[in-house]
Amino acid sequence: MSRRLTWSDVTPKPVWLNRRHLITGAAALAATPALARIEASPSTFSTDATPNTYEEITSYNNFYEFGTGKEDPALYSGGLTVDPWSVVIDGLVDKPGTYDLADLVKDQALEERIYRFRCVEAWSMVIPWIGFELSGILNRVGVQSGAKFVAFETLVRPEEMPGQQSRFIEWPYREGLRLDEAMHPLTLMATGLYGEPMPNQNGAPIRLVVPWKYGFKSIKSIVRISLVAEMPPTTWNMLQPSEYGFYANVNPTVDHPRWSQASERLVGSGLFAGRQDTLMFNGYEAEVAGLYAGQDLAVDY
Amino acid sequence: MDRLNGYARRVPTWVVYGLGLVPLALLVWGAVQNSLGVDPVKAIEHRLGELGLQFLLASLAVTPLRRVGLNLLRFRRALGLLAFAYVSLHLVAWVWLDMGLRWAEVVADLWKRPYVILGMVGFLALLPLALTSTNAAIRRLGPKSWGRLHRLAYVAILAGVLHLVLLSKVWTAEVLVYAGLAVVLLGVRLLPRRSAQGRVPA
Repeated sequence: MSRRLTWSDVTPKPVWLNRRHLITGAAALAATPALARIEASPSTFSTDATPNTYEEITSYNNFYEFGTGKEDPALYSGGLTVDPWSVVIDGLVDKPGTYDLADLVKDQALEERIYRFRCVEAWSMVIPWIGFELSGILNRVGVQSGAKFVAFETLVRPEEMPGQQSRFIEWPYREGLRLDEAMHPLTLMATGLYGEPMPNQNGAPIRLVVPWKYGFKSIKSIVRISLVAEMPPTTWNMLQPSEYGFYANVNPTVDHPRWSQASERLVGSGLFAGRQDTLMFNGYEAEVAGLYAGQDLAVDY
Repeated sequence: MDRLNGYARRVPTWVVYGLGLVPLALLVWGAVQNSLGVDPVKAIEHRLGELGLQFLLASLAVTPLRRVGLNLLRFRRALGLLAFAYVSLHLVAWVWLDMGLRWAEVVADLWKRPYVILGMVGFLALLPLALTSTNAAIRRLGPKSWGRLHRLAYVAILAGVLHLVLLSKVWTAEVLVYAGLAVVLLGVRLLPRRSAQGRVPA
């Protein structure tokens, strides 16, 4: 298996992880963020909940491009080429084109956003993302007035993404947001976590994070962003529309047809920790409820 | 085949119970060592359910294997009881570790969720089988009605496999294998049985 060497390969992983533990602990105590590898300023949007460990976040993933098991992405994503990387931005924009990732990111202010993450499968984590607001990109390329939605696509490269060799999902993975959701300051384009570049299994090199929606909306390894007039087709909605809506807002009062969404298990909290109540819009109600004024969220699920 | 049957006759049934409980011991050991991955609750719950299905399929394989000459009938009770034990533990893991004893949500799921309902149907179908698994129960019921009662195992395997199919988001190879085995093991029971008199000499 070929993987590009990074500085972390110099030190044995356990030592390196331990040191990170010490560093993050020390950083939290002394409030000195300078030791993180990626310079990012803290955000007022961050939750004060304790983040999950780096190991939990990077070894428990849904990324069907690498297999359907939670361990598959960590096992099989090592061979993914994430550099060079470019993103096509097209549709109803003033400056369409193929943008090199470095160019796309260069003027954006990186922040650390510690967000709650809630999966539609009723588990949750707390993740310290590094990223910038999607609106930064959209403003730069100039969204035209006819655009109402933003459509995203994930890379298709079956030779590096073994899960794509089976056709149970119609690749590429697709997701979409309404324009006002995409422009919301909480909506993040993430390029790292825990101060590290984004691990492949978490959607390297750039992914979406929409913290008030179920995790599957937060599309990984983005290669295309299209501004469109109509609601775009999205992967899970195409696969099973009765279970996965376009909006997919975290909502404890609207059950998934096969299970309740009223509560969730916080991954990493221990065998006997039980469940916690799920919050409306995953706890971001004050910030985003206004986006859905007048909508019946049992219909627009 | 006769050699195999000869070996099988010499294996005491407690060996099957002992081996059958090894996966449980490994699971407990894994939980204590914290080596079950990032989400040990799901790992425990899934593994117990998986083992329940596997032992149920094994117990249902005994009769078809006997028709082709391999006689493992002595082990069927052990396989069935192990299946019941794992299915029961799977249920406990769901209610306790996964649902965190939130009884209102448990009851709501039992009312509304087809896959949860099917899982419970499977458990309830196995319950009378486990309760009548003693020699005394067989004597009391008479072998005929005992046999009829134990056809509930067919209900249990169907419910168990459908439970797995419904809770899976996509058709994985694993789901297809369990469903396929169940269909085959139930299907062979529909084949006409050759009567002893009509048997063509080999």
